[in-house]
Amino acid sequence: MTQVNSSRIIPNPHEILNRISDAQLLKVGRKFLSGARLDFDDGIACLVSNDTLGLGTLAFADRKARYGDRASYVVNHHINYTNVCVNGCKFCAFYRNPTAEDGYVLGPDEVVDQIRAASGLGLTEVHIVGGVNPELDFAYYLNLLASLRTSFPAIKIKAFTAVEIDQIAKKASLGWRECLAELQKGGLDMLPGGGAEIFSDRVRQSLFPAKIGADSWLTIHGEAHRLGIGTNATMLFGHIETVEERIDHLIRLRNQQDETGGFRAFIPLVFHPRNTSLADLSGPTALETLKTIAVSRLLLDNVDHIKAYWVMLGMKLAQMALYFGADDLEGTIVAEKIAHEAGAGTAAGLSKGELEQCILDAGFQPAERDTFHRSVVAA
Amino acid sequence: MNIRQAMYQAESGARLSIAAARLLHDGADLLTLGQLAQTARFRRNSQPIVTYAVDRNINYTNVCTSGCRFCAFWKAATHRDAYVMDDETLARKLQETKALGGTHILFQGGLNPDLNLNWHERRIRLIRSFGLKLHGYSPPEICFFAKQSGSTVEQVLERFVKAGLNSIPGGGAEILVDRVRRITSPGKATSREWLSVMAAAHKLGLRTTATMMFGHIESVSERLVHLVRIRRLQDQTGGFTSFIPWPYQPGRETLQVKAASANAYLRMLALSRLMLDNFPHVQASWVTQGADIGQIALSFGADDLGSTMIEENVVAAAGVSHRLTEADMIRLIEAAGFEARQRDAVYGMVGAAS
Repeated sequence: MTQVNSSRIIPNPHEILNRISDAQLLKVGRKFLSGARLDFDDGIACLVSNDTLGLGTLAFADRKARYGDRASYVVNHHINYTNVCVNGCKFCAFYRNPTAEDGYVLGPDEVVDQIRAASGLGLTEVHIVGGVNPELDFAYYLNLLASLRTSFPAIKIKAFTAVEIDQIAKKASLGWRECLAELQKGGLDMLPGGGAEIFSDRVRQSLFPAKIGADSWLTIHGEAHRLGIGTNATMLFGHIETVEERIDHLIRLRNQQDETGGFRAFIPLVFHPRNTSLADLSGPTALETLKTIAVSRLLLDNVDHIKAYWVMLGMKLAQMALYFGADDLEGTIVAEKIAHEAGAGTAAGLSKGELEQCILDAGFQPAERDTFHRSVVAA
Repeated sequence: MNIRQAMYQAESGARLSIAAARLLHDGADLLTLGQLAQTARFRRNSQPIVTYAVDRNINYTNVCTSGCRFCAFWKAATHRDAYVMDDETLARKLQETKALGGTHILFQGGLNPDLNLNWHERRIRLIRSFGLKLHGYSPPEICFFAKQSGSTVEQVLERFVKAGLNSIPGGGAEILVDRVRRITSPGKATSREWLSVMAAAHKLGLRTTATMMFGHIESVSERLVHLVRIRRLQDQTGGFTSFIPWPYQPGRETLQVKAASANAYLRMLALSRLMLDNFPHVQASWVTQGADIGQIALSFGADDLGSTMIEENVVAAAGVSHRLTEADMIRLIEAAGFEARQRDAVYGMVGAAS
């Protein structure tokens, strides 16, 4: 059994264990509080347990030992530079075929204009993702980065999922590593965690066969880590994946993190069925979502942050997620498109003040952070 | 007393004083409160069953002389949108409810001086003639009818029971402290009047629910006083089936305060379960909180998910509109690890006994 970093010391383990009623979960709790690393079977025991609050208590204790009653957030702006994508993933309501009338590509100037229009918000980060658009060549991406770097030198650029990196590298006739190095030189600060979906190849064959698989996704992130580019990781859950496939996803992320160590945060993403070709599915219920967030906190002992993405969770559930292991409420966002095309009922963005109020209402202390999770001190 | 002692009391099932409840309110963390409430819930109802009802909310009139500052539903008699439901519309709604497997009608309306006891008795008989039970007339309505007709509350209730009234909803309780009521709803039954209607109803053998609308101008202490007052009446009569707390939903033209957060709602729900040790059931309010928090509430002391509300007008008037079908409710209950069972208005199980 691997011992994890002993800096994670949770006070009063007996009190926490007293509050777990499910015998299987209690075993997991004992193991976790002893400092041992949880394994696949432990993860399953957590997800199948009906002792939701017992599981939450365990995850909350860990989150509290790490961050107290702080909940961080970033003042960022989401940009989707293109909705044209050849992957045709069944869970996606955002993409358009290359021949679609409502396909679009934003030029670097348009992206700069969008950011400039939001410049009063105190942005520290721009989050840029798009589709696998075969029309865009390497120069497009470099120009986009250069324009942003020149116009907004202080704003960090978190851009391009591993799926896009794969496409950009192909267009540039470069290996993943060389491509990432070029983008880094061009101003890329961090990779977002999208495109991981579920690592199960069974699910991939069924829902997103055209997309890069788990091995490629993990390798690209590993390469980024080795270059010193931090990345996030995600998991899209609540569609056709099994409980086992969810846990397997988390374990594979943890293994990669042991090896390359560059994952900054993990973001569990709730599947939204509307306007997708999986519209007959209903998505996970709130308690299943909270259990998945909690087990993520417990299994990913080597990942610092668990994010509650309020756009997809809904604000009330995102606030609850802070009690189930999440420590970051992502983010001001400004102009969310992807989840909204799939019927998310939330706002497209929030002001900094609104986001802080949501954190306070949930019973936590808001703490602004930058892309690298360093605290931002009000000017 | 300190927080540890209060937690110990709650855990062991001792009756909580206002002081102990206050300590828990201020000092216990969210999940701890939830777990204490679940312990109390399973102490009371050991089976992992969560009930729900299939019913329709029918508001027979929106004309109301009460003018409560939190209400977005009422209209003055002269307003162009004022209505009194005609028999034909009512009959159609009853027919639809029957067809959807509804067991009862939640029948409530504004304090409308144009409608007399005979009018209501005819409606009661009409509803019952469709084979539906009638869960209707909150205490402020009963009080209003008594004053308007020069009868006593008991006389009104007796006439309605004779006509077919089955049970009474706990609406109009808001906060049972007159300081609050004088500000938010001065034209409506006082806290003493509300409680005495319920006492009289229980005496006649009618089962009723109790509610609390919180998160407006009341203090935390006033919420706790509310809980103690209904707990005391329940000790005397045992007639309450269920308690339903929900946060005030501010509308565009009503009392402007910020709506209580999910966190505040779940804390209050859990505390209600802990305080109301003599109440069989506590109901989650998905109508105000949405499906997510409605389901989570099942881990915070609630053992009932309320009803499908085939028609809901009052909360919708404040701009809040959530929708759940019977299938949705069953799915939420089962995904939370409970068995879903349909109940009627007085919490009897519907369908074949198992």
